[in-house]
Amino acid sequence: MHSPLRNFLPRNNFSELLTALSDGGYRCLAPKVCDGAIVYKELPSQDTLSTGISIHQAPGSYRVEITDSARNFGWSNGPQGLKPLVFKSRETLWSVRRDTNGQMTFTESAAEPDPVAIIGVRSCDLAALALQDKHFLNNHNRDSHYQTRRASLFLVAVNCTHPSDTCFCASTGDGPTAQDGFDLLLDELDDGFVIRAGTEAGEKILETLPVDPVAPEQAEAISRQNQRARECQTRRLPSRNLEQALFENLEHPRWRTVAQRCLSCANCTSVCPTCFCYSEQDTGTLDFTRSEHVREWDSCFTQGHSYIHGLTIRADTKLRYRQWLTHKLGSWHSQYGRSGCVGCGRCISWCPVGIDITEEVTAIVSAET
Amino acid sequence: MSATKAKVAVHKFSSCDGCQLAFLNMGEDLLALFDQVDIIHFAEAGPLNREASVDISFVEGSLSTPEDIHRIKKIREKSRYVTTIGACATAGGLQALRNVAQQDDWIQSVYATPQYISSLDQVMPIHEQIAVDFELRGCPVNTRQITAVLRSLLNGVTPVNEQDKVCMECKRQHEVCAMVARGLPCMGPVTRAGCGALCPGVGRDCYGCYGSAENANTASLGGRFHLLRLNQNQVRHRFVSFNGADPVFASAGSMGTGKND
Repeated sequence: MHSPLRNFLPRNNFSELLTALSDGGYRCLAPKVCDGAIVYKELPSQDTLSTGISIHQAPGSYRVEITDSARNFGWSNGPQGLKPLVFKSRETLWSVRRDTNGQMTFTESAAEPDPVAIIGVRSCDLAALALQDKHFLNNHNRDSHYQTRRASLFLVAVNCTHPSDTCFCASTGDGPTAQDGFDLLLDELDDGFVIRAGTEAGEKILETLPVDPVAPEQAEAISRQNQRARECQTRRLPSRNLEQALFENLEHPRWRTVAQRCLSCANCTSVCPTCFCYSEQDTGTLDFTRSEHVREWDSCFTQGHSYIHGLTIRADTKLRYRQWLTHKLGSWHSQYGRSGCVGCGRCISWCPVGIDITEEVTAIVSAET
Repeated sequence: MSATKAKVAVHKFSSCDGCQLAFLNMGEDLLALFDQVDIIHFAEAGPLNREASVDISFVEGSLSTPEDIHRIKKIREKSRYVTTIGACATAGGLQALRNVAQQDDWIQSVYATPQYISSLDQVMPIHEQIAVDFELRGCPVNTRQITAVLRSLLNGVTPVNEQDKVCMECKRQHEVCAMVARGLPCMGPVTRAGCGALCPGVGRDCYGCYGSAENANTASLGGRFHLLRLNQNQVRHRFVSFNGADPVFASAGSMGTGKND
């Protein structure tokens, strides 16, 4: 898909990329430290990227350290990937008005195209976006809100050089280097970036940049750091299809022990870049003339998610955790042709009690391996 | 409801009056409210007619005197629907802390003439004495909750029971988890949503003022608080505060610690 390593963008010319994106009609979202974590924030024009950010992640823990490194992307990930940009956590799908004669008028809401360039996207999140595309843009039922926002994205990816202790993308095959799904891809070196395009839109931007040729030692340094990023990962998921193994272990005692720890708080599904469950409800005004039909993120860890006509199917945490894991790593294969996990490790770090999906699944399918 | 306007009363028991402000804070919607209902009794706002029969009674406050029990039973008789509002009415409120203290000692030390004090042994939420049709949690409840329940009752449908955890609202607003990123002992994972994750939204940990969510794992969270270096008493104080008679929080508070993690 993408070209070989040809173009080097010196660090002091990086602002040219931001300018080119801005000239191309995109507003830029860039990683910033906010409230103790990396989040994508709008980068005002003329502003520069943050440097020296280092992230330490462990089960139930996330800490930021600011170092004197000149690098902009020497960290793994923040609490959210691309999901909030395409699948809004709360949005109105349609609204209704009732006039004085009792006549009702329904209006569908539409997402507005909003060209936005995301700087610093990781390969795990590109893989997650591809999975969300499969869900929201499938041929039978396209989600127009998702589609409009998805078409507005310009993705500037960075090959991940500093996976956290919680990362396991190498074992799921989704990182740490990006294969496709980006418009531009960066490899960060101390003095600048090797940059390549993955799409025509990316090519157009790349053509305008003042790049130098890539020196052989730069290509070697990139190769070395990418390999190191792969080899430093200690957590792993069994890479095979676990659908059968999980469904053969529905009564495994581990479900009960993990449920003793699990808060069923849904932090894992909220930060998961592939989870897509939502609920819909109506919120109206007190004068009964207007009402909005709202969709918002839901989770298989809530009671309402399994409530059907007077019956809560999954009333306790054991069943909820089992639903999440058997879907994510099991029936997702039948549904979307692959596992629903991209190895970003967010569910491990952002679980308030530090439950580790790799540890749980290994315990549950261990008799099968 | 019927073609005539629904009659509404707002009653108060042991409480700070703060939940009733959710009505008065409606702003322009107060005009819409008056179009929809007749406010028959609402001492904080003016109208007084506590004996009247009404369609909906909103009840704030907890029961702490023998007279309270007599009065709440009367209210039940005169009301088609009773909706309790706030931590006091639904879970005892702050004053239910005396349920776990030596009450007589307090009365002797606080009041100059303790012989005039006549109080129940235990502070009770309203549902312990009468059948309650719907409970709105929170300390205090907010206008959005009141509006939603009024709309439902006026439409003749069961109000939505918001019982998810605060974490759901927190993550929908893209707040960074205060417990994971900063080690704060946040009550969000066991606390009922409804506030819009107010405290995490201003960088603070949730302190549980909406009471327990459905399926709350207080043992596991209490265990986590210990790992965050809270001692047993501090963990207890996290659970037993605004919702002293919330059975889930009270039980977690009396254990003081979680067995797991």
